[in-house]
Amino acid sequence: MSVADFQPVIGLEVHAQLLTRSKIFCGCSTEFGARPNAHTCAVCLGMPGALPVLNEKVVEYAVRVGRALECRINPVSIWARKNYFYPDLPKGYQISQYDQPLCEHGGLEIDGEDGPRRIRILRIHLEEDAGKNVHDPGGGDSLVDLNRSGVPLVEIVSEPDLRSSSEAAEYLKALRDVLVYLGVNDGNLEEGSFRCDANVSVMRKGSTQYGTRVELKNINSFRFVQKAIDYEIGRQVELIESGGKVTLETRLFDPVRGETRSMRSKEEAHDYRYFPEPDLPPLRIPAGFVERIERELPELPRAKLHRFTASYGLPAYDAKILVGDRPLADLFEQVQAVYRGPAKKLSNWFLGELLRLMKEEVREVGALRFSPAQFAALLQMVDSGELSNNAAKDVFAEMFRTGRDPREIAQEKGLLQTQDTGAVGAAVDAVLAANPGEVEKYRAGKKQVFGFLVGQVMKAMKGKGNPALVNAALKTKLGD
Amino acid sequence: MSLTLEEVRHVASLARLSLSAEEETLMRTQLSAILDAVAELSQVDTSAVEPTSHAAGEVAPWRPDEVRPSFPPEKALGNAPAEVGTSFAVPRIIE
Amino acid sequence: MGPTDLSMLELGRKLGSGELSSVEAVRACLARVDRLDGRVKAFLRVDREGALAQAEAADRRRTKGKRAGPLDGVPVGLKDLFLTEGLPTTAGSRSLESFVAPYDGTAVKLLRAAGTPILGKLNMDEFAMGSSTENSAFFPTRNPWNLETSPGGSSGGSAAAVAARMVFGALGTDTGGSIRQPAALTGTVGLKPTYGRVSRFGVVAFASSLDQVGPMTRDVPDCAALLQTIAVYDPADSTSAPVKAPDYLAEIEGGVKGMKLGLPREYLELPGMDPEVRAAVEAATRALEKMGAQLVPVSLPHTKYALATYYLIAPAEASSNLARYDGVRYGLRVEGKNLLAMYGRTRDQGFGLEVKRRIMLGTYALSAGYYDAYYLKAQKVRTLIKQDFVDAFRTVDAVISPTSPTAAFRIGEKVSDPLAMYLNDVFTLPCNLAGLPGLSLPCGLTRGNLPIGLQILGKPWDEARVLRIARAFEREHDFHRRSPPLGAA
Ligand SMILES: [Mg+2]
Ligand SMILES: [Zn+2]
Repeated sequence: MSVADFQPVIGLEVHAQLLTRSKIFCGCSTEFGARPNAHTCAVCLGMPGALPVLNEKVVEYAVRVGRALECRINPVSIWARKNYFYPDLPKGYQISQYDQPLCEHGGLEIDGEDGPRRIRILRIHLEEDAGKNVHDPGGGDSLVDLNRSGVPLVEIVSEPDLRSSSEAAEYLKALRDVLVYLGVNDGNLEEGSFRCDANVSVMRKGSTQYGTRVELKNINSFRFVQKAIDYEIGRQVELIESGGKVTLETRLFDPVRGETRSMRSKEEAHDYRYFPEPDLPPLRIPAGFVERIERELPELPRAKLHRFTASYGLPAYDAKILVGDRPLADLFEQVQAVYRGPAKKLSNWFLGELLRLMKEEVREVGALRFSPAQFAALLQMVDSGELSNNAAKDVFAEMFRTGRDPREIAQEKGLLQTQDTGAVGAAVDAVLAANPGEVEKYRAGKKQVFGFLVGQVMKAMKGKGNPALVNAALKTKLGD
Repeated sequence: MSLTLEEVRHVASLARLSLSAEEETLMRTQLSAILDAVAELSQVDTSAVEPTSHAAGEVAPWRPDEVRPSFPPEKALGNAPAEVGTSFAVPRIIE
Repeated sequence: MGPTDLSMLELGRKLGSGELSSVEAVRACLARVDRLDGRVKAFLRVDREGALAQAEAADRRRTKGKRAGPLDGVPVGLKDLFLTEGLPTTAGSRSLESFVAPYDGTAVKLLRAAGTPILGKLNMDEFAMGSSTENSAFFPTRNPWNLETSPGGSSGGSAAAVAARMVFGALGTDTGGSIRQPAALTGTVGLKPTYGRVSRFGVVAFASSLDQVGPMTRDVPDCAALLQTIAVYDPADSTSAPVKAPDYLAEIEGGVKGMKLGLPREYLELPGMDPEVRAAVEAATRALEKMGAQLVPVSLPHTKYALATYYLIAPAEASSNLARYDGVRYGLRVEGKNLLAMYGRTRDQGFGLEVKRRIMLGTYALSAGYYDAYYLKAQKVRTLIKQDFVDAFRTVDAVISPTSPTAAFRIGEKVSDPLAMYLNDVFTLPCNLAGLPGLSLPCGLTRGNLPIGLQILGKPWDEARVLRIARAFEREHDFHRRSPPLGAA
């Protein structure tokens, strides 16, 4: 027996920060990177007498997420207190949702190992984030910074529908893409604005009885998701094979050693003593609210992917890269709307020159200096023969750097190919007159000489001859 | 309803109260008596009754997503029993 | 007759006419505090300079013709769980002994806007848990009517200060009777408004779904005027209701003619009821009948479960509300060898026995395996208790009962028997469970010269009618004008 004889069963719990300006229950800023406790007030410090008031944007964003993930939005949901002691939890409880969450019973389609699969979503609920404890590596006190305390989160809980670590990673990426598309999350695992816990169990293939699950915490990069889950699957299988039993526990993934380890056994089992939050009446969604948000939902990544392959005729590979970054996809469509040439040609420019330069210099689409119309004009100049492909790359680099007009750049650099048929004609005449022997050979059937003659004309025109025009003029004069 | 000493200790640890042995015994007696007294609720038929968790407040207000001034550090940390810089300091947390 | 014998509204009129100054009023209060509070021990802190400065400001406003309202310049006191910026707020607890609030609560802000100088912070049972003020971590407060007895609680300091005329009025909070019971035991008027009428923002929480701020005064018109000042919708409290307060004084003299007053039969049958209290309350209902009210027997069948219901819900909420006193950000910290030890020792030494008892009870009621049987069950019975009132109010305008089953009891008498102490609240706490307004006013004296309180419960948002009934009774009796023997001259 081996890992291959077992079926992993995986469910993910994702905590995603909602990109509001202020916190969920107070007016403190959610901005990252401030001095410790600079963004705190009576409410998010858990001062005596302080009370929570809900940020409307949080509801709007959560409903957006709920509908994008095909959930039912409960018209009434209940706030609950999750009670536990920790220095980063100022009130001694987290305001969350328990019995009646805001969103339930949705799903997200992903590319599974055997084609598209819908991963069911059990629930999405709202809650406040805790602060941050910093442990002095020198062994002194732990320091508590409550700037994150009260930052709004959605917790998205999938059903245990994932069957491999790669599916889990696929789901996580798809989920992140959706949230980023919705404009509610920045998808940043490293900074903690998108965090993932995994519930992992294994059962023998053919069995319908789920094994005991283990909760994996601290999976803070896409790379680690697969690693952590694979390690845990291996550990569980080995345990069962050697006659042991998997115990219900929480394990921490250690990215340095690439393994999971049991969190120091707690003094007592978790008993969060959830009960309805008396300081907050139930969350009631007004009539028409969900419908309004639904109308404003943007096109989601999977739908866009289908459209990019179907209506632009792009290869799936290209479409996936473009759609993976919503502003990039938007820019593609804006340029294409002006350009109107072959979409694949534009896509080549995006995947080639644009992304290459973005990696080197600017990074974000929003910070690009040129306009879609300028990009389109550049491509049109190539198509019409005014610019050679190589010259266009030079022009593009300059346009990327300065945002200046491509034609202006080409002119300045002397890269424009002349469109003047008179000048071409004169150059051809001169070349033919200067090479009577070669003309003779050509007329005698030695067609290879044509390339030489073209070269001579181009040389005479110092590279500014439009190859198409030169070809045409030569052919006419040679009597073809 | 009589509580065991272990139950008293378990509840005290959930509540982060380090009770003295005397207090544990006292709590055991008194909590048991109170639980006996409140046990009368089991006589009430509530099979068709919804719980009431809020006395009023059917409609809670939502506030606009606007940033308001936070406390200056002398207010945020003004009552702190221990601090380092602008952070609260606690005995080292061992994971 | 000195200035401290005036009611709030009377003093307000004299301040308006310039016959008296606010500084004189504050000085008169301070003089009484100096003379009496060594024995009564109502104050945890007297803010002499602050009160005088506020009085001077009030007097300046008057000379400029810019009085803030009818109570501008009238000194008041605050139960020590109202957060006051720059002043200690202890909630009667060691855990907050050194806590200086970084902000003013909403009710305090409203008082400041109304111009009432705040004379100081008044003693209370720790975190409002108790019915005698003996659970204060600092000292018990004594009843000005008899220093051997308790003023009740938890707002005992507020009640005693008002009764002894050390302040003109005070704010208290009422979670299960903590305004009304001490009002009854000290011969003063106390009102618990409808849940949601007064903001809880900036008030140290005991049990959030039951707590309500209210006025404590010497007579009913003062009660109306002080309520008017604080009954303001507050968007900072999500349970504050956007219901506009009427003019409480406008119809207060309208009488009870034609009103239907419900007498719950279950209340008078309760064991432990003092016959003198029963007699006084019966006499009061007959008096109201004589004034033209119609007495209607009503039934509140689930009322007998209110005590058990309350002693599950309130401790459960409290166990969570008091989790924040962990020694991390403010308040007492007792160092320990590690974090767990720090938590345990801080909370063990920060809290008194009654608070620990309720935290334990509440934690137990919410814990895995017991939630349904205790907490959830109590919430369901709460629904039935609430429904009893809805049914009763179909036929009556208000419900009349004793406030407390006994007059003031001796200090030390019940403190070691929590269940006996809890029985004090048997008439007052159903109203908190149902979220209704309830008022207590003096309606008699025992042979031992201790005040007896009459409780009037109204429909939600119907404080105006409750006040009107109370005023009708008060107008024809002089119990509210009797002052305790202490320092009468
Ligand atoms: Mg969560
Ligand atoms: Zn804040």
